[in-house]
Amino acid sequence: MVLRSSEITIIGGGIVGLSTALGLLQAGLRVTVLNGADGDFRASQGNFGLIWLQGKGADFAPYAAWTREAVARWPEFARALQELSGVDLALQQSGGFEFFTDPDEFTAFAQSLAQQQAHLGPRFSHEMIDGDTLRRLHPEIGPEVVGASFCPLDGHVNPLRLLTALQRAFVTLGGEIRTGAQVVEIAQAQGGGFDLRLKDGTHLGAPRAVLCAGLGSSTLAAQLGFATRVSPQRGELLITEKLGPRLGFLSSTIRQVDEGGLQIGGTKANVGPDDRETLSEINALARHAVTVLPALADVRVVRAWGALRVMTPDGYPVYARSPQHPGAYLVTCHSGVTLASLHASLLADWIEDSAAAPDLEAFDDHRFALSAAA
Amino acid sequence: MTIDSRFLPRPDAGALLHMTLDGAPITARAGDTLAAAILAASGDASRHSTMGTPRTAYCMMGVCFDCLIEVDGQPNTQACMVAARDGMVLARQNGARGLRKLSSTPAQSNADG
Repeated sequence: MVLRSSEITIIGGGIVGLSTALGLLQAGLRVTVLNGADGDFRASQGNFGLIWLQGKGADFAPYAAWTREAVARWPEFARALQELSGVDLALQQSGGFEFFTDPDEFTAFAQSLAQQQAHLGPRFSHEMIDGDTLRRLHPEIGPEVVGASFCPLDGHVNPLRLLTALQRAFVTLGGEIRTGAQVVEIAQAQGGGFDLRLKDGTHLGAPRAVLCAGLGSSTLAAQLGFATRVSPQRGELLITEKLGPRLGFLSSTIRQVDEGGLQIGGTKANVGPDDRETLSEINALARHAVTVLPALADVRVVRAWGALRVMTPDGYPVYARSPQHPGAYLVTCHSGVTLASLHASLLADWIEDSAAAPDLEAFDDHRFALSAAA
Repeated sequence: MTIDSRFLPRPDAGALLHMTLDGAPITARAGDTLAAAILAASGDASRHSTMGTPRTAYCMMGVCFDCLIEVDGQPNTQACMVAARDGMVLARQNGARGLRKLSSTPAQSNADG
């Protein structure tokens, strides 16, 4: 069975897959998205919703520049997506803090941001603020906070509404989403294109295929000759009851969602494919939040969950064309929310190899092939 | 408009307890939940939601969260899950709860919003 006249098939219906699909659709292609099962690990449904620049690519200039471009494109991306979908993304890009209680970590992060500043020059700005100065600006910050970094370019969005908006916009413009379509095998088809075998035993044909399956990517990536293997990194998150007062700031670990609750997160654990939340990490998150904002001490947590980040071996995105299988692409990254504005625009130019295509050589998959051979 | 309660007192009523709701005296019987006492006092809204709509106790078994009320300074307390005690100070909530003011904190966080 051959899929109805689709020119390119996106394997993966999360934020990365749908952003990429939307860009290709708007570039004029007929696009099908194959979405997996409800029980799959879905970073798009468990993440923190940051559109974040500070610290990204301090050790890798191409990533710093790519992220900077993504942040710059977000306002227009959000405006267009909201218009297409009718969904309010609750985008705010009014700057963000990273809070520190350990002076050494504060100093080390200052060095990282200085490096990032060197990479980006006038396209970046940041401040390192000592604890007392911080408390003069924000008297609600607790006394154990020794300092904070601030980047005026950082922001956040409602990530669940982003996912909904991408789905609606894609379908509104004529894209096709097939749900419960788990691809278990991909092979070159006789006469060109690809043969995708689904878990239910059916086969789909695809002239071209973009692998955007998050943690489901590794097996299929190997079948397409890619060296990238992604691995899960668990983060745990809390949501508090809704608060009337608006928090006067955004941080990488505490943000107020537009409905009023605080989302608290930022734990990292390499524990394999296990997204269960743990009492110890929930406790650590709550302590962190109360250290930063002592007034939260009597605020209730109403939900907690774990979710798995999608991590490449070096933490940077992979944008790769398969050398052995022309027409097959791999797109995977950790920061699918931040980079959505590029995945829905420049990435289509790169996949189409148009004149406007960005140079994404630095993000090719061969960097892992070389390190595996070394 | 004041809505009269449709609830009758229990025949085996326990000792009379005295509390206040927004400063006005209300009574309960020992063994009553706060939600029962509030409903017995009046059918009026006991809070307004974050969307501004009126609410009062509904499920009476800890599920619907419509009976949220401030109890002795603790906001968002489920009135149907707390037994009435003599001297309790209850307050209706309007919208989402606030943040507690800290003695060492000269300004409220919403001053920066």
